[in-house]
Amino acid sequence: MRQRKAPWLGAAAALFTAALVSASCGGGTDTAEEAETTTTETAATPVTITVATVNNGQMKDMEQLTAEYEAQNPGVDVVFQIMEEGDLRSSVTADIASGAGQYDVVTIGSYEVPQWAANGWLTDLTPYVGTPEYDVDDIIKPVRDALSYEGQLYAVPFYGESSILMYNKEIIEAAGLTVPNKPTWQEVAEIAKKVKSDKVNGICMRGKPGWGESFAVLTTMVQTFGGNWYDMDWKAGVNSPEFTQAITFYKDLLETAGPKDPLSYSFNECLNGMKNGDFAMWYDATSLAGLLESDDSPVKGKMGYVYAPVVKTKNSGWLWAWSLAIPKTTKNVDAAADFITWATSKEYHQLVGETLDWNRVPPGSRTSTFENPNYKEAAAAYAPITLEVMSSVNPNQPGVNPQPWVGIQYVSIPEFQDVGNQVAQLVADAVAGRITVKEALDKGQEIAQKAGDAQK
Amino acid sequence: MPAFSARLWFSRDLREVRLFLQKAKSTTKKTADKAKLKGLLYPAVIFVIILTQLPFLLTIVFSSINWNLLKPADRQFVGLENYATVFSSGDLIPALIATITMTTMAVVSSLLLGLLFALLLDRKFKGRALARTLIITPFLVMPAAAALSWKFSMFDTNIGAVNYFAGLLGLPEPAWITDYPMVSIVIVLAWQFTPFMMLILLAGLQSQDQEVLEAAAVDGSSTWKTFQLITMPHLRVYFEIAILLGTIILLQVFDPIAILTKGTGGTKTLSYLLYERAFIGLNVGEAAAYGVIVVVITIVLATLALRTLFSVFTRGVRA
Amino acid sequence: MRHQRPNVLLTIATWVLVIIFIFPVFWTILNGFKSEFDATANPPKFLFSPDLAGYELVAQRGMLAYLWNSVVASIGSTVVVMLLSIPAAYALSVREIKQSQNTLFFLISTRFLPVAAGILPLYLILKNLGFLDNVWALAIIYAAINIPLAIWMLRSFFMEIPKEVTEAARIDGAGIIRELVRIVVPITIPGIVAAALICFIFAWNEYFIATLVTGATAKTTPPFLASFVDGRGFFLAVLSSAATLAALPVVVVGWLAQKHLVRGLSLGAIK
Repeated sequence: MRQRKAPWLGAAAALFTAALVSASCGGGTDTAEEAETTTTETAATPVTITVATVNNGQMKDMEQLTAEYEAQNPGVDVVFQIMEEGDLRSSVTADIASGAGQYDVVTIGSYEVPQWAANGWLTDLTPYVGTPEYDVDDIIKPVRDALSYEGQLYAVPFYGESSILMYNKEIIEAAGLTVPNKPTWQEVAEIAKKVKSDKVNGICMRGKPGWGESFAVLTTMVQTFGGNWYDMDWKAGVNSPEFTQAITFYKDLLETAGPKDPLSYSFNECLNGMKNGDFAMWYDATSLAGLLESDDSPVKGKMGYVYAPVVKTKNSGWLWAWSLAIPKTTKNVDAAADFITWATSKEYHQLVGETLDWNRVPPGSRTSTFENPNYKEAAAAYAPITLEVMSSVNPNQPGVNPQPWVGIQYVSIPEFQDVGNQVAQLVADAVAGRITVKEALDKGQEIAQKAGDAQK
Repeated sequence: MPAFSARLWFSRDLREVRLFLQKAKSTTKKTADKAKLKGLLYPAVIFVIILTQLPFLLTIVFSSINWNLLKPADRQFVGLENYATVFSSGDLIPALIATITMTTMAVVSSLLLGLLFALLLDRKFKGRALARTLIITPFLVMPAAAALSWKFSMFDTNIGAVNYFAGLLGLPEPAWITDYPMVSIVIVLAWQFTPFMMLILLAGLQSQDQEVLEAAAVDGSSTWKTFQLITMPHLRVYFEIAILLGTIILLQVFDPIAILTKGTGGTKTLSYLLYERAFIGLNVGEAAAYGVIVVVITIVLATLALRTLFSVFTRGVRA
Repeated sequence: MRHQRPNVLLTIATWVLVIIFIFPVFWTILNGFKSEFDATANPPKFLFSPDLAGYELVAQRGMLAYLWNSVVASIGSTVVVMLLSIPAAYALSVREIKQSQNTLFFLISTRFLPVAAGILPLYLILKNLGFLDNVWALAIIYAAINIPLAIWMLRSFFMEIPKEVTEAARIDGAGIIRELVRIVVPITIPGIVAAALICFIFAWNEYFIATLVTGATAKTTPPFLASFVDGRGFFLAVLSSAATLAALPVVVVGWLAQKHLVRGLSLGAIK
């Protein structure tokens, strides 16, 4: 008796095999088909440039305005791969480290640029930015330095930020207080405690654990209190008296006048809080100003902006830049370079201002933007201080003592992501009262020292 | 085919011969059947083997290499050094405790809630189909989106709904993430997995023999007694499957931890610790060693659990 | 039916509990129709003027392409899962083979390796085979991940089939294949549908592997949703809109599947 297979099983198997076969032939990215490199003159051969980037305001605008670029450069198709910041880091790092070559342009920060350039992963952009129209010297100097390695530029910035203290004028004045233009942390703590009430918290600060979240703020605090991650001999200073003092001060300030749930608070949560008038002050990135001064913001015009609070140093703003870089694995170097120089050029800033909104011009990258009368008018509330702050920060020695790396709120070593993260988690547990500050910092010292030893 | 038997040749008893031939035929059929059954099973198993064991083998290989993604030049074979780092780092035990705590709390709470809703939605009432579809929705939303929604619109102390309603009702308004990190995560997980548990338990409730239930009612058995003596034993298999599968899935859970607490406050499970080692520490070798160790631990625990507790695994087909 | 007359109080209590339980979903849907400022208002706003900016932004970003990739990966993987798992579960239950305990344990042990550990090896394997950014490769991976779950689930449902039914079929001379196709599958359709639905949902919502292994052409809906998270700005409303849209196909599939789930899960019907 012969067994007859169910007919549908056979059909399904055939369909599935066919699908597999067709998939392995036709699947994959477009880069396999566009293997030709093109120069910008012969626009005839079609080129696709894949850009991996974050989802922030400037990038969203760039995606919109890329239609302009494509119109000017027929045959070039720019594809944006927008990802959440953590995913972007994972994807791009995996891609570059393994040489997969999925991206022609990657968005990386000033922390990654020097390290990746040292690994030979990025294309040297110096030949592409030498034109007078591009005017590479127009890029704010600290930013330019942060994106260079051994004197060569490896990435171009489309967004730069430092940090400032902002305050709600109505709330502060109603309490009969003033905020000095260059406050100290002690003054800020005083004001915060005085102005705190049932409805309003004194100050919003990041508490969410992370090397780029709570510790962007904390590293600047530590530095202005006189401490730092490492000294010139790569000896860790995490449990030094100054570091401890800064962390203790931070913990007390959060407890007495900070957000109710500090460990869940980072930039976005404080932004919501300030917009709703729940906080009197906020210490965070300069870009917060543009968001709160937008036309439909309920607190437009009600904010005051002053320098980041200091203790022992002259200024304590941090420095961060999101920038565009070209991995060495790309097959479209010239086309990619052409795009990124367009996207960070003076004419691009002009385009944003005229087509979208002068408030949305990418902040903190070019000095000339700050001199543009339209921008000055639209961003009058915060542009001057942003420029002052960004030009005056010193990534070579932000703290009281010299340091063996270039960078303010991070240590430019590969281990820092990990070290900073772990120490941030320990400090978070201290803020929540689960361990003491001393326990946290002693453990942090061990972790940091291991990384420090690797640098010697 | 039975082995060649000399007896056959010398036997003049035809009945014996016929019996022998019948046995041969049924054994042949049994062997053919066995082969067919294996043929039904092997495609799935081979498919899974190829697609999961190749990456796992590679993971084992990586665990013997010192490889930091950001320092490609330093890549080299180091034998068991990564395992030594894992055991001496002091992170393994807390992560194990966190994993067991979180998984147990999430499984138990979602199971109890799932049972509650299964019982409530088992009875007929108006709009039952709608209620059932609504209850499934937390399970349908993308976990990361659900976690973000809980973080901002539910748990936030300023704009969140939970503290808003708590305030209206005069209840305390806690700082969820800072003071109750584990509870916050378990709430989100239980919320997401209650529908999963409910689906399985509802299937169990619906497959009860109606005649038996009616007979019990006629005999004067109270609802509670019927539940105790008839329903619960029947549901045992379904409980087991729900707990087993729920545990396996919840062991790997990652999004709520990454979005709500970032591993602080004793919420750093093995899954999240591994993610940190791999993508923030960028230490592929160490992460691979962690992975292998987690697999070994889980195999040991699973073997114990399955062979002692789970009748669904140990029993064969209903005899 | 256990009660002779509907217990009104119990029904009301049920509805109250259901509404409380799904409030977060309702809240997310509501937030999708607010402006960003309204979605992050203090105190939370229940009355507001609707704002479709979120939905516009989602449409602008081209959600359809990502939805389509998700459809391909989810349905594709679920089809593969069911085709391979139904026979396998049968061989491990109705006509149980000797090695079934070991096989079952092996299958479930493939889920013990945390994703973060196996994902870089997987990434490298795919890269070297040229299968990065390929939605069919993603479907195959999802299938491999879900088959163990499906086999375990289906096996439990298959084991519920009364022995009399299968014995009767055997006496009638049904061979293995016929028994599987003509008897076992039709009886356990509700269980099969439940298992398929769960596998579909897991494939649809899978995020980690999809993010790392896909690029421009094969990206599915979960990474698309995540791309709305903005580190320096407002995004709650647009994310809620995107999440609502992303869940709709699953709700539709769930609703369709529900019909099979409710009817006849009771195996008493066959007797």
